[in-house]
Amino acid sequence: MLKFIEQALNGLQYSALLFLLSAGLTLVFGIMNVINLTHGSFYMVGAFCAAAAAAATGSFLAAIVAAVAGAGVYGLLVELLVIRHLYRRDHLDQVLATLGMVLFTNELVTVLFGRSPPFMDIPPALAGSVELLPGLAYPVMRLAFIGAGVVVAVGLWLLISRTRVGMLVRAGADDGEMVDALGVDVRRLFMLVFVMGALLCGFAGVMSAPLLAVQIGMGERILITAFVVIVIGGVGSVRGALIGSLVIGMSDAFGRAYIPLLLGRLMPSQLSDPLSSSLISASAYILMALVLLFRPLGLAPARH
Amino acid sequence: MKFSVRTILAVAAATAALTVQAQTPVRIGFLTTLSTPAGYIGEDERDGFMLAVKEEGDKLGGVTVRVMIEDDALKPANAKQIADRMLQDGVRLFTGINFSNVLVAVAPTVLEAGGTYVSVNAAPSTFAGKGCNAGYFAASYQNDSYSDSSGMAANKLGYKRMVLLAPNYQAGRDALNGFKSTYKGEVLGEIYTKLDQSDFSVELARIRELKPDAIFQFHPGGAGINLAKQYANSGLAQSVPMITPIYSMDRRMLAATGNAGNGFYLTASWSADLDNAENKRFVESFVKAYGRLPTDYAATSYDTARLIGSALRAVGGDVTGKRDAFRAALRKADFKSVKGKFRFAQNQHPVQDWYLLRIEPDASGKLGYKTVERIAADHVDPHAPECKM
Repeated sequence: MLKFIEQALNGLQYSALLFLLSAGLTLVFGIMNVINLTHGSFYMVGAFCAAAAAAATGSFLAAIVAAVAGAGVYGLLVELLVIRHLYRRDHLDQVLATLGMVLFTNELVTVLFGRSPPFMDIPPALAGSVELLPGLAYPVMRLAFIGAGVVVAVGLWLLISRTRVGMLVRAGADDGEMVDALGVDVRRLFMLVFVMGALLCGFAGVMSAPLLAVQIGMGERILITAFVVIVIGGVGSVRGALIGSLVIGMSDAFGRAYIPLLLGRLMPSQLSDPLSSSLISASAYILMALVLLFRPLGLAPARH
Repeated sequence: MKFSVRTILAVAAATAALTVQAQTPVRIGFLTTLSTPAGYIGEDERDGFMLAVKEEGDKLGGVTVRVMIEDDALKPANAKQIADRMLQDGVRLFTGINFSNVLVAVAPTVLEAGGTYVSVNAAPSTFAGKGCNAGYFAASYQNDSYSDSSGMAANKLGYKRMVLLAPNYQAGRDALNGFKSTYKGEVLGEIYTKLDQSDFSVELARIRELKPDAIFQFHPGGAGINLAKQYANSGLAQSVPMITPIYSMDRRMLAATGNAGNGFYLTASWSADLDNAENKRFVESFVKAYGRLPTDYAATSYDTARLIGSALRAVGGDVTGKRDAFRAALRKADFKSVKGKFRFAQNQHPVQDWYLLRIEPDASGKLGYKTVERIAADHVDPHAPECKM
């Protein structure tokens, strides 16, 4: 039972990371109809800015500010210089241009920060573990990550359901042309959404930096999973991104914990070890295929 | 003015042509990984190799060389294309590749064209056993050796029950098999991770549940950094020691993990504190040239350059005309290795000592490697007897 709870927490933490990344991605894709592969790069930029700021000042707060500001400013630049010119192009052009931006960003970060992965320590306040239940100690940093995910989810929900900007975002996801026709400055709305996505990525970057390797290309791998999340959740819907993140995060944690044990009982370990690790790697895609089969618009699509 | 511009140009061109002819440099194709997250590895290999070249004034073994450095981007197809192009240009001496999968794509092409390949790092079993080749040398080690030496280290440290972790790909499975070939205790579990995995919380929970005496893991690069950080953060590091090959906690990774590496046991065939004159000189020279301490990658690469130098000297730089003499000279390994002792087994892979290192804070409190003891003397890889040459 303790193990189950621990794995559930692990799943929640991964879900929180996925949610921070996919919330922006789904809005950009759903509202602006832009496939933005550079999204993962904002996460990397955030992590590098955080590590640099933490190394210079020793303060985690400064790292958060640097990460969010760095990713936000870079996101703004990318929107102004590249994405803005792609709205009317088809998806292939967008993929090509943003893939180019991914390569460019990787080199830019290499030039600025060097090739060696920088180090960022866990802030003293979040170091160590707490005993949640007798026999179940869990790292504080990971709990903080889950907490940050919850706060952002609630904040986004308030923003989208209770504010004028949120209303426009929702309207934009439903029917962008109509919003445009009603006289709303869609360009500014797009820019806002894009930068908001970048800010969330930057925040994900600073929260991940103490736990993960801060390295070139760290955004690309997780970006693929983030796309799976928004497809499962339904493109354009923040609620969908939340549900998708939970589905992928939980299935990943429980899959990694229990698939090897189950298969280990069914067959000898020489066979089950490689088989289960392949199955775990594929599980997100299997889930996506199942969802597409039965709910082609995703589990919680934006209304159309 | 009596000289026309044309005359001056003609004279200049003629002298230029003469100097080129007087000392046609031996071209060395140096393919390595300079981009991607693993780019720092290629950087160290390049710098180690070029240090030897610079020390001699653009020469190796008294022969002028031109090192043609290319980035393979960790893609076998890329690397093969570059090698093909260089072969067409007449380059016949190659080195530099760090990754086994890239090497396996390039080496056969080089060997078929009558070229010679000297590995600075990767040394898959493919070319160590039945597939050994007169034109193929590894100046580093053979891939099995870093993990079977870890198995020996675990025996020596008295760990009776262990959990093993490695990514689910060829080198990962090889590492676990290598470890098991020498480890005498009980393996409680083998955990295969995803290649380039970033989160290890689930695996750590399993380790905690299995309660091993120690764990062995093989995760070079980013995944290894993730694992070390999370291992320390989970509190496991205090109760369960870790043994890894040096490549799962190289100097750059150590710098990226803060204090997390403290207390790790590592096995390596070289260490900056190895007590021999050549090594001291190399470390000093490297620090002076690049302002950082060398890694294993840099050290074996430096050795490779000096090995090539010794053979170039023997044939006066004629690697194509006197190809067999060049290879015979390589086989003699007549150079001063930074590892102290160095010679080749019959499969042209090294016979060398392996050491157990421990990561400890030095006098200034900064983490570094300390050599604990020699765990294998004159270690030969298990594939050598299969090589008939």
